[in-house]
Amino acid sequence: MPQINMVQAINDALRLAMQRDPRVLVMGEDVGKVGGVFRVTAGLHEEFGEARVIDTPLSEGGIIGTAIGMALYGLVPVPEIQFSDFIFPAYDQIVSELAKMRWRSGGEYSAKMVIRTPVGGGIRGGLYHSQSPEAQFIHVAGLKVVCPSNPYDAKGLLLASIADPDPVLFFEPKRVYRAAKGEVPEGPYTVELGKAAIAREGAHVTVVAWGAMLYEALEAAHQASARGVEAEVIDLRTLWPLDIDTVVASVKKTGRVVVVHEAPRTCGLGGEIVSLITERAFTHLEAPPARVTGFDTPFPYTTELDYLPLAHRILPAIVDAARY
Amino acid sequence: MTQPTGFAALYRKMQLIRRVEEECARAYAQGKIGGFLHLYIGQEAIAVGADAALAPTDYAFTTYRDHGVALARGMSARALVAELFGKATGACQGLGGSMHVFDAERRMLGGYGIVGAHLPLATGTAFASKYRGDGGVTICFFGEGSVPMGEFHEALTLASLWKLPIVFVCENNGYAMGTPIERVLPVHEVTSHAVSYGIPCDRFEVECVREVQTRIGAAIERARAESVPTLVECLTYRFRGHSMSDPGKYRTNEEVEAHKRKDPLVRARAELVAELSEAAVAALDAEVEAEVADAVAFADASPEPTADILEPTTYKGPFAR
Ligand SMILES: Cc1ncc(C[n+]2csc(CCOP(=O)(O)OP(=O)(O)O)c2C)c(N)n1
Ligand SMILES: [Mg+2]
Repeated sequence: MPQINMVQAINDALRLAMQRDPRVLVMGEDVGKVGGVFRVTAGLHEEFGEARVIDTPLSEGGIIGTAIGMALYGLVPVPEIQFSDFIFPAYDQIVSELAKMRWRSGGEYSAKMVIRTPVGGGIRGGLYHSQSPEAQFIHVAGLKVVCPSNPYDAKGLLLASIADPDPVLFFEPKRVYRAAKGEVPEGPYTVELGKAAIAREGAHVTVVAWGAMLYEALEAAHQASARGVEAEVIDLRTLWPLDIDTVVASVKKTGRVVVVHEAPRTCGLGGEIVSLITERAFTHLEAPPARVTGFDTPFPYTTELDYLPLAHRILPAIVDAARY
Repeated sequence: MTQPTGFAALYRKMQLIRRVEEECARAYAQGKIGGFLHLYIGQEAIAVGADAALAPTDYAFTTYRDHGVALARGMSARALVAELFGKATGACQGLGGSMHVFDAERRMLGGYGIVGAHLPLATGTAFASKYRGDGGVTICFFGEGSVPMGEFHEALTLASLWKLPIVFVCENNGYAMGTPIERVLPVHEVTSHAVSYGIPCDRFEVECVREVQTRIGAAIERARAESVPTLVECLTYRFRGHSMSDPGKYRTNEEVEAHKRKDPLVRARAELVAELSEAAVAALDAEVEAEVADAVAFADASPEPTADILEPTTYKGPFAR
């Protein structure tokens, strides 16, 4: 099986989806002739032409709004928002229209689409090229939210998202776009939405992470092991609907949990995960659930490596949980 | 060192912007600047010509391609370069970086990384000037890529409706990242929008910094004297890629070279040499070199901010949790 990176895996998934289904089309700023700023859509314009790989003007509200209309008429748009920080001009369309379409039409219509967008820090992009806004979309009922950590999952989750009947926000962790490599089968396959993966088994502490921070969690788990603490690391993969069963099963085994995310701490997804755990596994907890997150500040330029919840911040949380 | 005035001052500023950015491009390659670096090289005459027609108390807003406007408004090369290097001595204490510089003292109200976002903000400072009756004008620079964004239309609507003292300056360099204007704007003259908002407009090729001063100056005067907004479209060209990571394959070499041959900075220098002398202009150039070298050395020697700056700068005063 070929070793490829996430950019290639996502590109592969888009190509396969477009080959199989003429309703699927890709649109966004510089996605066509240029092939995308991260080259994720490279080659699609040549293969499928400009009717299906559409270079749009700068107009996030227009991109998502028209994609909703396309979806209502049965097309399957896969719009790209160049950075998830630029999604907010489209937030109104996503929150007010996209998320509510199925519900408000009494189930008669839905706006099936996949919004792809690079997410997170790690490229010194500063305040407008680094944020992790996943919780702001999960808080809006009606959207599914995905964030893969590796090429295999990226391809399988994207194909599953494109097949899904509901709108999906597909966050691509740009920090590991090229760094995360792995074997990816040729041809189509799916990774089921709503299913987490156990990235590392361990008996003492559960660590929940996703996207680029999975690797930091694994590194911290590796270092904790040297101190006699075995962490079980869960890669959430789909952020909503959340695979709480897998998380709770692990916490019932370990009694301790650390949730890691790049987004600011307050009202982050970590808070929700911790609430669900305390609701379902309260009597199993041996230590207070911990969160290792970004700060409650805008995303900084210089002090990016302090801001991100890297392994050196996760490790003490794991050890403290184990020793509590 | 006496500060030159008149045309010599305009040339010196253009040269300063050019040389600071060339050094920043080098520093970027050395890893001293991270993330994104959008150079203004080729467009300097716009910021410098406009600045010459502004009062020191007027407000300016621009995009992430902001070094030129910042230096033109008088930000020191030290503060700018230190910010780009992410140092605590930078214009924003290293928190913002290249795309997001501010200078309150000079009423430079920031570089904005979200395309279109700052046009309504600029409309708001213009409103405040009118409200206070202080005679102030706001100038708002943006690329032609902003035109399809809703904020462009919202800002022009409000500025016209409320007759605000603002000049919208569209720096039309023909490309939004890798996409030429022809592929994404149905009407290629940005000033065509002035008609629908009922405001005056002006559109011209940027070749001469003094012409920029005169033409944007006329719009500034109209804003100040009559409180009327104007949409100015400056036809220009960026000589470098969109940012440092852009190989620029969407433009031919011939196209880029043809524009470089019309470099407004080269023209300004030749005109200044004709007015003064080669030696006098060379002396200005030497001053600029010294200023740039000093700024880089200052930035190199400055400390990085530490993480404890993050939370105190998010809210003013203690924030209980
Ligand atoms: C809302 C938003 N969408 C997309 C981007 C990504 N982006 C940054 S600059 C740019 C092109 C802008 O072109 P233009 O307005 O012509 O300005 P120029 O870079 O030519 O100065 C794009 C697409 C962004 N910063 N903000
Ligand atoms: Mg442009």
